[in-house]
Amino acid sequence: MSSRLTWISFSTIFRREVRRFMRIWPQTLVPPVITMSLYFVIFGSLIGSRIGDMGGYPYMEFVVPGLIMMSVITNSYANVVSSFYSAKFQRSIEELLVSPTPNWAVMAGYVLGGVARGLIVGLIVTLVAMFFTSLSVEHVGVTIAIVFLTAVLFSLAGFINAIYANSFDAISIIPTFVLTPLTYLGGVFYSIELLSPFWQGLSKLNPILYMVNSFRYGILGVSDINVAWAFIGVLVFIALLASWGLYLMSHGKRLRH
Amino acid sequence: MTAALSIQNLQKTYEGGFQALKGISFEVQPGDFFALLGPNGAGKSTTIGIICSLVRKSAGSISIFGVDIDSDFPAAKRLLGVVPQEFNFSQFEKVFDIVATQGGFYGMPRKLAEERTEKYLKQLGLWDKRATQARMLSGGMKRRLMIARALIHEPKLLILDEPTAGVDIELRRSMWAFLEQINAQGTTIILTTHYLEEAESLCRNIAIIDKGTIVENTSIKSLLKTLNRETFILDCSEYLEKAPGLSGFECHLLDSHSLEITVEKGQSLTEVFIELKAQGVTVTSMRNRANRLEELFISMLSEEKMEGVDE
Repeated sequence: MSSRLTWISFSTIFRREVRRFMRIWPQTLVPPVITMSLYFVIFGSLIGSRIGDMGGYPYMEFVVPGLIMMSVITNSYANVVSSFYSAKFQRSIEELLVSPTPNWAVMAGYVLGGVARGLIVGLIVTLVAMFFTSLSVEHVGVTIAIVFLTAVLFSLAGFINAIYANSFDAISIIPTFVLTPLTYLGGVFYSIELLSPFWQGLSKLNPILYMVNSFRYGILGVSDINVAWAFIGVLVFIALLASWGLYLMSHGKRLRH
Repeated sequence: MTAALSIQNLQKTYEGGFQALKGISFEVQPGDFFALLGPNGAGKSTTIGIICSLVRKSAGSISIFGVDIDSDFPAAKRLLGVVPQEFNFSQFEKVFDIVATQGGFYGMPRKLAEERTEKYLKQLGLWDKRATQARMLSGGMKRRLMIARALIHEPKLLILDEPTAGVDIELRRSMWAFLEQINAQGTTIILTTHYLEEAESLCRNIAIIDKGTIVENTSIKSLLKTLNRETFILDCSEYLEKAPGLSGFECHLLDSHSLEITVEKGQSLTEVFIELKAQGVTVTSMRNRANRLEELFISMLSEEKMEGVDE
């Protein structure tokens, strides 16, 4: 398939993904905004004022980057895992499998669809956050790069989860039992400097800590970890997950008989 | 001439050891209207699944208009359109979007995909439903939607896996007319169906598959010539108490106004009418008890079963 035809296939998948989450916006865009607004009110305004500073910043300012990142992570993942699994469940994925669209374009189309939802939700949450605190960005490049790469990483993870899933329960297990705990323990609500050395060491095994802190570094200019290593780690994870996804596609894992 | 579809020694063994295809071979010529028949579980859908890449073959080769699927599957896919047995579109998408999006998957620019979508939705009587979600369509409309979607890239070979299953007779006949029209325009068509009347009306050549092997591959005309006996139902105007005696013919009384008569190969129906007229019986109408292809199909598969018992 020529590069022009592949580009059309890829952009068709991407457009369909965007159209899907925009069509069901009350399910895809509104709930995360409501949830995050509650976090801002409760943790930021009500409890946050009693906590005082965290990492040298008022708690509200500290927690906002983490909450934005949390919404990007969960929505990127949720978009791809639910869309791709639904396509498998309804067998509409066969529309793509019988077409000449290369596997990498199928994966890239779904992943970029997830990235689009993650970033749109992240942007809306950012706008909501501005009602509660003033936001300035210290390092624009770092902020944009880390939020984009994080959305790519979790969209890929959602894609792989959807390939393996054989029931709707299977697409909620990872978000519930892996993603949520790692996100909550990934430095969204606190600086790991508050923890004992043992728990600090354990926290540093959590990849989400690096993404949240890199994003916080981009916005506030402070971080618990080395941002350069965070970028390298995210890129390595993306490469690994992309290879895994392509391997599954090329072997037709749970897609072809 | 390069075959539209060439299948050589195709084998498929599923995980668990079930051998769905035991080395089938057949060819379909360009422009043909070809029937692939067989009972449930014979291997028809597995064969179609392998051709369109949804099932992986265990051995053998397939080429579509000379393009081997192992050497250039994307090019082979561009020549192929498939209408599957099960509905396989997003139930929540609109009819127009489903068809136009499929064009995009084949690399068609949006404008061309939209023009073709309009063309095929109009031809298949779905244009009024273009803004309707697919789940709101009737069963017949959903089948036509899948035909429109399969045609969006104007394939040279169209495979339809039981396209008229569950479709009422009026709609079935309009779908037949549409398929005959696109076949006349040059599209090679392969059809699997349980309605043997459909295969007899539409198709020129046939392959019968049973238990993963091809048991017959010939023209429908040649196949029908092998039919040794036909059974007819005759409706009579007189009240009949018993079946009239007809020398050389099997004749049974079905009810007070209907007779079932079996005519062996070489016998003439004219003799039947002459003898009935001589006995004062007037025939008002006549029909085959079963479709001719159906009689053959049943007898062939029965023979297979008997051979299996002998073994």
